[in-house]
Amino acid sequence: MTYEAKEVSPDMSFLEMLDVVNEGLLEKGEEPVAFDSDCREGICGMCSLVINGIPHGGHRGTATCQLHMRHFRDGQTITIEPWRARSFPVIKDLVVNRSAFDRIIQAGGFTSASTGGTPDANSILVSKENGDKAMDAAACIACGACVAVCKNASAMLFVSAKVSHLALLPQGQVEREQRVLSMVRQMDKEGFGNCTVTGSCEAVCPKEISLDFIALMNREYFKALLKK
Amino acid sequence: MVLDAKIPSGPLERKWDKGRFEMKLVNPANKRKFHVIVVGSGLAGASAAATLAELGYSVSCFCFQDSPRRAHSIAAQGGINAAKNYPNDGDSVYRLFYDTIKGGDFRSREANVYRLAQLSVNIIDQCVAKGVPFAREYSGYLANRSFGGAQVSRTFYARGQTGQQLLLGAYQALERQIGLGTVKMFPRTEMLDVVTVDGHAKGIVVRDLVTGEISSHSGDAVILATGGYSNVFYLSTNARGCNVTASWRAYKKGAAFANPCYTQIHPTCIPVTGEHQSKLTLMSESLRNDGRVWVPKKKGDTRLPKSIPEDERDYYLERKYPSFGNLAPRDIASRAAKEVCDEGRGVGPGGLGVFLDFADAIKRLSVEVIRERYSNLFDMYQTITGENAYETPMRIYPALHYTMGGLWVDYHLMSSVPGLFVLGEANFSDHGANRLGASALMQGLADGYFVIPYTIGNYFASSKVPRPSTSHPEFKKTEENIRALTNKFLSIKGKRTVTFFHRELGKLMWENCGMARSKQSLELALKRIPELRREFWEDVRVTGSGQELNQTLEHAGRVADFMEFAELLCMDAMMRDESCGGHFRVEHQTPDGEAQRDDEHFAFVGAWEYGGPDKAPILHKEPLVYEEVKMSQRSYK
Repeated sequence: MTYEAKEVSPDMSFLEMLDVVNEGLLEKGEEPVAFDSDCREGICGMCSLVINGIPHGGHRGTATCQLHMRHFRDGQTITIEPWRARSFPVIKDLVVNRSAFDRIIQAGGFTSASTGGTPDANSILVSKENGDKAMDAAACIACGACVAVCKNASAMLFVSAKVSHLALLPQGQVEREQRVLSMVRQMDKEGFGNCTVTGSCEAVCPKEISLDFIALMNREYFKALLKK
Repeated sequence: MVLDAKIPSGPLERKWDKGRFEMKLVNPANKRKFHVIVVGSGLAGASAAATLAELGYSVSCFCFQDSPRRAHSIAAQGGINAAKNYPNDGDSVYRLFYDTIKGGDFRSREANVYRLAQLSVNIIDQCVAKGVPFAREYSGYLANRSFGGAQVSRTFYARGQTGQQLLLGAYQALERQIGLGTVKMFPRTEMLDVVTVDGHAKGIVVRDLVTGEISSHSGDAVILATGGYSNVFYLSTNARGCNVTASWRAYKKGAAFANPCYTQIHPTCIPVTGEHQSKLTLMSESLRNDGRVWVPKKKGDTRLPKSIPEDERDYYLERKYPSFGNLAPRDIASRAAKEVCDEGRGVGPGGLGVFLDFADAIKRLSVEVIRERYSNLFDMYQTITGENAYETPMRIYPALHYTMGGLWVDYHLMSSVPGLFVLGEANFSDHGANRLGASALMQGLADGYFVIPYTIGNYFASSKVPRPSTSHPEFKKTEENIRALTNKFLSIKGKRTVTFFHRELGKLMWENCGMARSKQSLELALKRIPELRREFWEDVRVTGSGQELNQTLEHAGRVADFMEFAELLCMDAMMRDESCGGHFRVEHQTPDGEAQRDDEHFAFVGAWEYGGPDKAPILHKEPLVYEEVKMSQRSYK
């Protein structure tokens, strides 16, 4: 389908442009195009969209909701597709189901610390370096762009971000080996492809999660396998 | 309706201990027989669902997003307060309590706030155990920073993404329980009504947002953790999906709504650029430490800021509030910005903005220092506006971002409907008329991790109302009502879009019940809202069907509720003929423009009971009795 977007201002975000298109459709009594979004400030990870072939539109460190129309030419035809991956089935129009990510977290993306009975926060020391690195990994918003851009539809960047976040902290040590084994097993079960280290995931990640975490996870995984 | 806050007797610092001891317990083996429904998966909802499941209860959790990890708590930037006193700078539970009471302009309950301060220290321990990557010192110990309204450094943070990291901690705990089969998660599912049986909340009716199926879920108790209602103003810093529907429909089932007029406006947001604007983005207030706020002296001056000479600029905050200058409190800075824009001196598209200028700070400190302090904010500003704030002043404007009002709850966080509990921003309990920075995250997690696990057990052990089956006539009746409402939306086939009405309502609210409110403006709003609501029901257009993913239909339901709720908000603002915290009635201000409270007549919680369709709501007053603190004029000078 081709829609015409009229009266687009350079200050609009990409999603606001789509809002305007949808308003126009509704006014004509036609059905609007369904797409996901929520916070519209680049942190909730709900928005998606492959824009002209690139997840989130190809501006470094920017999710679709923070991409603005000033980056496009007047009169340009823009191709918009949903995330493409067998593990992210399309629900309607541009809306996909990313619950596979939740199931990977269920498999081990946590510390099993129940509420209550935890020690004083300052009794667990974390070097600033490791704390910062853990935060770099934990910044992942689980939008799924890494999967959408990958020719293998691999979820390695997403999974490695959580594995690394917890492996880098003392709180994550007790379950460290079990965690990486379970999460990788679930990742495979969900049908995500293998990693061939093309680095496209890192390039489109709105939080600029580093490919280094995939290397870190591979080390974690083999260490855990050997121990087993 | 009798509002009994059920505050334990005895000295303030012993109340929570005493209350917990007096609460009845549920035997561990019996817990799995109780089913709890949790609506919402933000900090309060996710932490409650996970913790209750850990205790052995059976739990269902519902959220409208595609994953519980996307709830809007994720967008909180600054930090979370806790009275840990790690920096050894004079903090204590009592000081956090006092700062919060004072910050709330003496309109919150002492006992609740004291408990919040007590629990704050446990929250940090809990979050660290869950692997939240808080900022660290080189020593490996936790780092702290200071925040508005406090003279101690008690704020813990994870870069500018504290909300995200705390939410992911709670989300991961929740996912762990889902994996263990103790929580059943229902994403992309919206709660559309609470079902009461024999006066107790015993279930909910929901719509599956993917298939459109309406279904019933029964439980022994229902927990609403459904956030705030800033989006009644259309434009706010809230996520697009944030809404008042769950709270509003609970209100219509008998839950009192407390202090709806307590709304908070944040002074440093990126301004609106046009009609298309869908939401506003907040930038940390820390910018005001080094930026100078100004507008041109002349009306309609469209010259570039650089070419406006110094003597033609009005640094209005420095002029009006010489002692506090650019760091004047949130509400004062916001109102001052509105004033100069109303005078026609605003800058940028539509004249709704003021400059926040770093030129002097760059001259004084160097561009490197400014970059080190604020580069993430300057980058964000550039992403959104396309302007480089190192070279040209930022443009900022105030925006709605938090609502202190919410469903009335007692000390147990139970609403006026037995068995219906309300947590987090959705309740009214802890922030009074104004919330301090870094306190929202604290309250959401205190409610979910540490309050509800105790109080819900007391309800189960003392109430003997059995869980009904979903074939109970109340469920069937409620489902039918929801189906009828859906059909009504689809059958109007009017000419205007849902967004059109939402935007109109928002403008009306912002103009007349926003930063400054007066009898006159509220009268106008109260006249106009019912008219707009009538137009909505006559002329709204909802396409598609009820049996599919239909975002227009979802939005229509939420806007319909905002249309009703807005009226209650304005009535409350009208009733509260004083200024306090974020509620500013222009008739009541001190000579230097601060909120002037009237403790003699308004030291109460205003809780509204639904009167029935087309009937006026009934006001109940819960007096605020201060045993510990003396009410005083809030001053930050």
